[in-house]
Amino acid sequence: MSFFSRAARRAAGAANPTRTRLARELRHNSPLFSCRIDPTGRFVFAGAQDSLIHRWDLTTGQRVALTGHRSWTRALAFLAGPRQLVSGGYDGKVIWWQADAAAPAPLRTVAAHRGWVRAVAVSPDGRLLATCGNDNLVKLWSAADGASVRELAGHTSHVYNVAFHPDGRHLVSGDLHGRVKQWDIASGTEVRALDATVLHRYDPTFRADIGGVRSMAFSCDGSLLACAGITDVSNAFAGIGRPVIVLFDWATGARRHLLRPQANFQGTAWGVSFHPAGYIVGVGGGSGGALWFWRPTAAQSFHTLALPNNARDLDLHPDGRRLAIAFFDGAVRVYDMAPA
Amino acid sequence: MKPFYACNSPEHLLSRRRFLAGTAAGGLGLLGFAGMVHPAAADQLRRTQKRVLVVWLAGGVSQLETWDPKPGTNTGGPFQSIPTSVPGVQICELLPHTARHMHRLALVRGVNTAEDEHSRGAYIMHTGRRQTPGEQFPHLGSVAARLLAPEDSPLPGYLHVTPRGEGVNRQDAAFLGPRFGSVALPDGNMPANMLRAATLTEAADRQRDGLRERLNRRFNQGRRTAETEAYTYSYDQAAQMMSRRGIFDLGRENPRDRDRYGSHDFGRHMLLGRRLLENGATFVKVTHSNYDTHHENFDFHIEQLGEFDRPFACLIEDLVQRGLWESTLVVVMSEFGRTPTINRNMGRDHWSRAWSVALGGCGVRGGAVVGATNANGTAVTERQVNGGHLFHTYFRALGLDSRRNHYHSGRPIPMADPQAAPIQEILA
Repeated sequence: MSFFSRAARRAAGAANPTRTRLARELRHNSPLFSCRIDPTGRFVFAGAQDSLIHRWDLTTGQRVALTGHRSWTRALAFLAGPRQLVSGGYDGKVIWWQADAAAPAPLRTVAAHRGWVRAVAVSPDGRLLATCGNDNLVKLWSAADGASVRELAGHTSHVYNVAFHPDGRHLVSGDLHGRVKQWDIASGTEVRALDATVLHRYDPTFRADIGGVRSMAFSCDGSLLACAGITDVSNAFAGIGRPVIVLFDWATGARRHLLRPQANFQGTAWGVSFHPAGYIVGVGGGSGGALWFWRPTAAQSFHTLALPNNARDLDLHPDGRRLAIAFFDGAVRVYDMAPA
Repeated sequence: MKPFYACNSPEHLLSRRRFLAGTAAGGLGLLGFAGMVHPAAADQLRRTQKRVLVVWLAGGVSQLETWDPKPGTNTGGPFQSIPTSVPGVQICELLPHTARHMHRLALVRGVNTAEDEHSRGAYIMHTGRRQTPGEQFPHLGSVAARLLAPEDSPLPGYLHVTPRGEGVNRQDAAFLGPRFGSVALPDGNMPANMLRAATLTEAADRQRDGLRERLNRRFNQGRRTAETEAYTYSYDQAAQMMSRRGIFDLGRENPRDRDRYGSHDFGRHMLLGRRLLENGATFVKVTHSNYDTHHENFDFHIEQLGEFDRPFACLIEDLVQRGLWESTLVVVMSEFGRTPTINRNMGRDHWSRAWSVALGGCGVRGGAVVGATNANGTAVTERQVNGGHLFHTYFRALGLDSRRNHYHSGRPIPMADPQAAPIQEILA
């Protein structure tokens, strides 16, 4: 979840997606596949294939490596009050870190899931942490001490993503099969299911499942839910398919649009976020990389920026102007939507 | 073309006759083990007949996600290695059930077949030779069918359980003749058109078959060929298979075993593989598809090896429990491995320069590991072998002299590449 102050939301009005330009490149020598900007806007964190999390200071460009996971980290989230980063790794662990320490070390490590932790989310009040993973489970934890709060069972495939609704009472989770579940946090019961199965295909040639909810985000007012991934797959093992974002109307649970890039692109939408001004931002990788912008009222993107490499994740800066993208070539690139 | 029956050497034929006579059950081969009258003789025959199970991981399984993990390196991927039943030997965490049987398996970690194309790589692994124009070598299954199958086995010598009938090669017996070619069991079902059509009465069927036999005999008097022999043989064998079609019926298996192996296709196919082996099959190949993971290698290997691991471990357990392990050579192979380098789509591409094969059972020293690759798995650093070495090893494990020849039109053709030799370190 991104953190936007009221002032930032006003400032975000200056952002113009069609003017988006590369502002900064922060490099590492290992492919990156996740990134998040901390709520203060000072740091960007990225998970790398060297099993480290890397933190760059956006002011100085200095990089610090966070050592703790024994595998790759796709899941990153922040506890705003104590300025802590929470990471979930493919080693099944969830680790708390002091995000702004000179050399962050693990504050707490919890063996959270059997198999990969795929996603981590923090509740709007900062008290709860939700995780999900390859044991087909969603789990709730106390953000303050890491104590287990509740386990939500019901998915029948790996759970790829989890997100809190801004109302703080509900949680959604999405799995490999594109099945999205809405949970009541207080009771732990499943409230309803949303259908994002367009994000999944069982490829009968290769006899394997492809797809899943690769990224998930609510609009700032909670009226829309976006789930990102791949669709129209013709060859699972070559990744031949089209990126797509399934946009749900939260009140009705109905699918409002399948958001597709205007330009021809093969691959997966790996990241999605809502800009405070209302438009939807997505990144993808496959036949290169691309950054797309949609309005919630139209299925076709209104702007595309070709990226220099396969993009795996994105996050919006709290200033509403910048965004960070994690790339396969080891770079985090910061883009400015309101360049001078 | 004159009929040619490779390796018609007197000693071979004699040894087979001796073998059958020794069990006092030559004719019982018609019934298969399960149908034998004397359980002790059946048990002896079952234990002494050599048989082979090849698990073919189609598309090229990743050696880094199976037998030669490199965690913590730039090529290692996200998985960890786990200890096995052999102290000091670790395999990928995706194979926890197999890891418990490592003391029964040998790993060959220095395979370099130098061929990154699917069909040519498959040819090497099935024949032990590189493909050359104008030459065709028989597949391991066809050789086993020729040299190991009892004369009157009720089952074809080379059975291939394969999804949707994929990967069937009608030339796989090469000069051995079509009689020794593979018979596909698509999706684990009996070969197509085996059963008498419902509209045909049994009497009409007998009459029709009699006519066919008379015509066949007349034709054979002047124009006997390997193809017509195979044609006649296939009818005889089909009749035997029809009488024993219960072998293919997994519904007759204990529900507990069906649960153990899993309800997915590969689980069912491995259970069928066990059923075929314990009912007298000589060579069974079970194909698991697919591992050609150019995209999302890690997600796909979780899924595919999640299917492979448990049924494979179950089959090892069951062969041991049934007293068949020592007489059954089990090999897990692909056409090649996968690139240590992880591509931009989180995939791994084709890689034949440094990969692994696992084998166990008949004649193999369990727990042995031979060969090694460098720190990030890009090259073989120790005891490099190719398909030829593997073929010598399979034959030796089965008690066959791998330096012997096949004979094609009187011309000697070495059973295994003369430039290679058995991997003695893993032979019992």
